[in-house]
Amino acid sequence: MPKLTVQDLEKIREQTRRALSIREGGEFKAKVNVHMGTCGIAAGARTIMSALIQEVETRGTTDVLLTSSGCAGLCSREPMVTVELAGQAPVKYANLTEPKIREIFERHILGGAIVKDYALGIGSEKTDL
Amino acid sequence: MDEKSTGKTFRMYLMICAGTGCVSNHSYEIKTALEKELARQGLENEVSVVPTGCNGFCERGPILVVQPGNIFYQQLTVKDIPYLVEEHFLKGRPVAKLMYVPPEGKTPVPVLSDIPFFKKQVLIALRNRGLINPEKIEEYIARDGYKAISKALTEMTSEKIISEIALSGLRGRGGAGFPTGLKWQLVRNAASSNGGQKYIICNGDEGDPGAFMDRSILEADPHAVIEGMIIGAKAMGATEGFIYVRNEYPLAVQRLDIALKQAREYGLLGENILGTGFDFDIRIKRGAGAFVCGEETALLASIEGRLGEPKPRPPYPAQSGLWGKPTCINNVETWANVPTIINRGAKWYAGIGTETSKGTKVFSLVGKINNTGLVEVPMGITLREIIYDIGGGIPAGKAFKAVQTGGPSGGCIPSEKIDLPIDYESLTAAGSMMGSGGMVIMDEETCMVDIARYFLSFTQDESCGKCTPCREGTKAMLSILTRITEGKGTEEDVTLLEELAVAIKDTALCGLGKTAPNPVLTTLRYFRNEYEIHIRDKKCPAHVCRQLNEYVIDPDLCLNKGRGCDVCRRNCASEAIIGEKNEAHVIDQAKCIKCGVCFDVCNFQAVKVK
Repeated sequence: MPKLTVQDLEKIREQTRRALSIREGGEFKAKVNVHMGTCGIAAGARTIMSALIQEVETRGTTDVLLTSSGCAGLCSREPMVTVELAGQAPVKYANLTEPKIREIFERHILGGAIVKDYALGIGSEKTDL
Repeated sequence: MDEKSTGKTFRMYLMICAGTGCVSNHSYEIKTALEKELARQGLENEVSVVPTGCNGFCERGPILVVQPGNIFYQQLTVKDIPYLVEEHFLKGRPVAKLMYVPPEGKTPVPVLSDIPFFKKQVLIALRNRGLINPEKIEEYIARDGYKAISKALTEMTSEKIISEIALSGLRGRGGAGFPTGLKWQLVRNAASSNGGQKYIICNGDEGDPGAFMDRSILEADPHAVIEGMIIGAKAMGATEGFIYVRNEYPLAVQRLDIALKQAREYGLLGENILGTGFDFDIRIKRGAGAFVCGEETALLASIEGRLGEPKPRPPYPAQSGLWGKPTCINNVETWANVPTIINRGAKWYAGIGTETSKGTKVFSLVGKINNTGLVEVPMGITLREIIYDIGGGIPAGKAFKAVQTGGPSGGCIPSEKIDLPIDYESLTAAGSMMGSGGMVIMDEETCMVDIARYFLSFTQDESCGKCTPCREGTKAMLSILTRITEGKGTEEDVTLLEELAVAIKDTALCGLGKTAPNPVLTTLRYFRNEYEIHIRDKKCPAHVCRQLNEYVIDPDLCLNKGRGCDVCRRNCASEAIIGEKNEAHVIDQAKCIKCGVCFDVCNFQAVKVK
């Protein structure tokens, strides 16, 4: 085991930051919600989630939060994902495939540009009346 | 480096409490069940299970906190797990029926920080609880761990460290509240005149009944204590440290052991720490659980391998401690505060708390309280906030009567002082003391004479027997108290108790003896009336002292409600109950041994206590 220096400590902090910022409820640039109802799972939502995790891992992204939630109500268009960039309206994507979600990851989640070809709509239903 | 804790990416973390409380509630079985179910659902590469230190809300264990989202699940059983994994961790639908519902409410509270128990807490010593795996040094490092030693060893002089600790206002968390900066200065000065070896010690000989602050810190965040000690060592010029911990804390010993090994492997302990040329190492010394070994001179004797008996001070350990060398002894919680003070600065720390007592204090809440557990609160918070807002009040709607702070060395604080802001001075003025942080809450059904007797029987038991006032004096006081609870007290007994108490306080050799009379003195001060009723009327108002109770059967309830069910007669060991089935029963007072069994077994509340 190597004896650490002050710089090594900083490196360990950097590597472990993502795990810890999820636990600490830190600030995230983007929140990606994969709809994981029975309909979503049947249509391949698990593959979408795996692809997202892989993207985050290979790119070393620390400020994107991946979560899951129930059916979004539009079962015929699953798998669906909602992408929410901090301070912007959520965008729903439908009929996703692995290549599509990877493209969305690069262009929208990291790049900030909505991928209009795959987008279903912007905004959410009202929840508090 | 362990890949699982650092490199690998998970979308969700399941923080399972692995403090002693939750472990005894089978949290490791929950952990195994979670891992099994996650694998079955193919989620093992998406969701990670992390064992953490004590969450504090021990009443509700086993506890699982889900991140992100801070969703709080409680009182889990193995059979809840498959449903929970599928619903929440796969499909993202939190499971309401496994969430906490406050005593007064009906709606579950999903998010940890919205639960009243957690809302008013401020975490410094417990800053990493529930957030890191205490057995993984990388996770401690990620939460700014070992940042303070980087600063202390490379940028700060010893004088600067000591002045920072002094300015922060940190005082000893073991009970007496001696200013930590001043203690460090004394050890540093003593060292420069004596030269040679110096030692620092972490006192983890936590012995107060109902206290588990030190255990929880050592289990939840051992590296915080180790880092604090490294900083102290640099400030005072010590090269060797000891952590004295009770052998009855096996989990704490085990986690400390792991933590020390990891720190050594990373070169954070040993020679040339972080390449700065500073050498320091720590050894664990396991104690046999003698209460007196928490007293610093007895603790030193125990580490040296001698009988754990105190000796007169001066000389203080700062001048002549372990093997006659200058030694600094601080409590677990005190050490755990040090890294944060160095990281965030004395000014920040001194901004929390009251004029004389800075920062936060960890308390263990036990006794007649809804939310048993471990809390960290800013100094100056009132008893009312701790007992009602955090503690959730007294169970079964009973009235709050008193709280014992400071364990057997402290005293009872009565309900009329419930708005007392808590700091070292206010507790001492009320006749009690801060102590290490145990809080035993008592309700209206507690007999204060019996409580005083209980604490005195504890100190009498734990007295090492070296000095006469403690050895004989506590025994004499205990026999008087026992006499009073048996209805054999006389009018002179109260005066005699007071005289003995003052004599023991003035003449006992160490803190154990000097403070042993405190529970008696405070109960006499606030509940003198109860002593008088025991002595004069031979009655115990709370019906706790059974020898003073008179059990009678309400003939009306017995016959009309219970139809003379005969259960009491059949259960009476002394054949003191007369009556046939379908008749009202009667207790023969001459034969009754006041065991209370009839009261406990009657289903119709027909047995009354007078």
